[in-house]
Amino acid sequence: MKTYFKTMAFILMTASAGVSSSFAAEASVGAAMPGLGTLLPGSSLPKTSGKVVLVDFWASWCAPCKLSFVTLQRLHQKYASKGLVIIGVGVDEDAGKFQTFASKHPAGFTLVHDTQQSAAAYFNPPTMPSSYLVDKSGKIRFIHQGFRGEKTEAEYVHEIEQMLAE
Amino acid sequence: MKLRILFFAISALLLSNCTQKLVRVKPYERGNLAHSVMSPERDGLLTAMTQHAYFSREASFGGGGVGGGGCGCN
Repeated sequence: MKTYFKTMAFILMTASAGVSSSFAAEASVGAAMPGLGTLLPGSSLPKTSGKVVLVDFWASWCAPCKLSFVTLQRLHQKYASKGLVIIGVGVDEDAGKFQTFASKHPAGFTLVHDTQQSAAAYFNPPTMPSSYLVDKSGKIRFIHQGFRGEKTEAEYVHEIEQMLAE
Repeated sequence: MKLRILFFAISALLLSNCTQKLVRVKPYERGNLAHSVMSPERDGLLTAMTQHAYFSREASFGGGGVGGGGCGCN
């Protein structure tokens, strides 16, 4: 009986530890942005070293994401020449839906497809859409949950200009 | 008996750490839930008729709606 309990306790502890550790750490303010190349293998990514980066998680089934694309396009046109890099990470499980959305909403900034949802698993966005603003040193400075039109756009502008000026 | 109770208490404590992560659908995994057919209120007229019939029988109001469908965006 004691051997049974010891064995079950060992299995439960191992299983619990295994499940807990299998989930990657959530990217948070102050943390270093991970190398997107390792999270998005095979994707064509722009250089981000020394630049202000906006990583935006979107999906074709997300209505606010469609609205945010207009804002992101404006930000790209205004700040790309000043050192802003926007990377839109699509998390659709269906590659066709990703392609259809990308073709219907052409963007001047980089769009990549997170086919394995590995980047999404790492960043663990709290809602859709979620965006992460990274400063020139590679540190996550701001996290935006959701998109609320002009209010969010004003926040983006303030934060991007602040980081570009650093 | 005490040993058995202690064992189950420790098991519950250890496994409770992972239940939330195992059960919850991540925000970026809600593609299927966001589909229009997953909405319980996709037909406004049918929803109104069903609610009327339900509340008439139950003799109460309110309490309808389940927060499970939709994309959960914003």
